[in-house]
Amino acid sequence: MADTTKTIEIEVLRYRPEQDKEPFFQTYTVPFEDDWSVLQGLQYIKDDLDGTLSFRWSCRMAICGSCGMMIDGKPRLACRTFLRHYHPNKLRVGPLEHFPIERDLVVVVEDFIRKLESIKPYIIPKEPRKLEQGEYLQTPAQLEQFRQFSGCINCMLCYAACPQYGLDSKFTGPGVLALMHRYNADSRDGGRGERMALGHSEEGFWGCTAVTYCSEVCPKDVDPANAINQNKMGSAIDYFLRFVAPRGAGK
Amino acid sequence: MTRSNAPLVWSLFGAGGVLAALVGPALVFVTGIAVPAGILMSHDLMSYQRMFGFAQSWAGKIIILAVIVLFLWHAALRIFHMLHDFGIHPGVASKLICFGLPFLCTVAAFYWVLPI
Amino acid sequence: MSAQMDKRRPYVRSMNSWWKRDPFFVRYMVMEATSVLVALYAVILLVGLLRLSQGEAAFNGWLGALESGPSILLHVLILVVFLYHLWSWFKVMPKTLPMIFVNGKKLPADTITYTGVLLAVVVNLIVLIILV
Ligand code: SF4
Ligand code: FES
Repeated sequence: MADTTKTIEIEVLRYRPEQDKEPFFQTYTVPFEDDWSVLQGLQYIKDDLDGTLSFRWSCRMAICGSCGMMIDGKPRLACRTFLRHYHPNKLRVGPLEHFPIERDLVVVVEDFIRKLESIKPYIIPKEPRKLEQGEYLQTPAQLEQFRQFSGCINCMLCYAACPQYGLDSKFTGPGVLALMHRYNADSRDGGRGERMALGHSEEGFWGCTAVTYCSEVCPKDVDPANAINQNKMGSAIDYFLRFVAPRGAGK
Repeated sequence: MTRSNAPLVWSLFGAGGVLAALVGPALVFVTGIAVPAGILMSHDLMSYQRMFGFAQSWAGKIIILAVIVLFLWHAALRIFHMLHDFGIHPGVASKLICFGLPFLCTVAAFYWVLPI
Repeated sequence: MSAQMDKRRPYVRSMNSWWKRDPFFVRYMVMEATSVLVALYAVILLVGLLRLSQGEAAFNGWLGALESGPSILLHVLILVVFLYHLWSWFKVMPKTLPMIFVNGKKLPADTITYTGVLLAVVVNLIVLIILV
């Protein structure tokens, strides 16, 4: 029995703030099945090998966005990445890059949450609307303007892929700017004017240098690099036009 | 949030990037390889008389200025970003080097080509 | 709160040589580094312009410098860099354009890239043909 079970070595970056000066790798040997995700490997470690290991997870099906981590150096969802892809080699697991490490695989997310709130990620109606006016109607073309960007699960993989965020965390970063664009591009929304003060700033679209790795790692094909960079032309035009034309609302 | 002044250089960066892609390779091949080495093209193509005549026309002046100035500003923004990427973060020094020098070169290009 | 905060000691990792961490970053840095030779080429032309404005002897000196072996080798390198610029410029283009829909379908990124590259190749050839 035992000799037919495959095992894989998982090196986990550990950091326990109350006792470790700095993070270090700890290796665990984990027996696994072909359909085991990296998350299941970590759960095996926690349940059977070392109960002190900390990591975040919830849905196990790539929708809650909590299990993002660096897997062999790439930002990935642990529940969507399979151990068999790494076997017979070992694999390295670490907390998401560019965020401070809270503990083991858990990172500090306050900055991300604060930014997420700051862009008003909800529809701000253009004018008060009465119930009798009925629902908003949208054409398929209007839907396509934002549908892709609304798939974000706030997993922050794109932040771990963004050197500009790592170099200077004042930059709002890919995921949140993509969400800003998602609401700005929604025909039902009238909040663009409120959001674009940030958009036009160095902390907004202009902090991006088009590395585009964020779009590569996004598990939901949100393409944050496109959401950000397609705004630069408009922001530049607005920059020059504000001298010749009065600033219209919402532009 | 203060509005970024990035659009100033970014517009030139973009224009220079397009120009460098559309005509850059051909220009480099002609001015740096084909004519000097005499491959496919004759030395005459860049003779003093022809180039001087070219620079005398308004079209010639515009083309010369567009190529030199836009290429420079295109490179300037990327070098500025690169310094930041390597850990030399935006400051007076990096701005002086990345934007001051191309500015001087731009002034010089106008100063030299206009009287021709 | 404070007792809990005391246990927190967030560890901030260094960004030193971040660009070596992933081949994707290396490619990005190569793309950015093309700018150094683009700038150099612009400066070479700028010097040519200065020499042109100084008269025939000066300009011929510049032409002579261009004819040297090292200069031609350098320009071969610059040419390679410009070709890489051409490719990488249109590789990033799909990210910078607003989404384009044709018959309700989003135009694929590769279509944008290849159209751009094709356009640039044609324009470069036209320039060559005009000059020959
Ligand atoms: S844009 Fe993609 S990678 Fe970034 S947080 Fe949203 S789902 Fe995650
Ligand atoms: S556990 Fe929810 S996304 Fe992985």
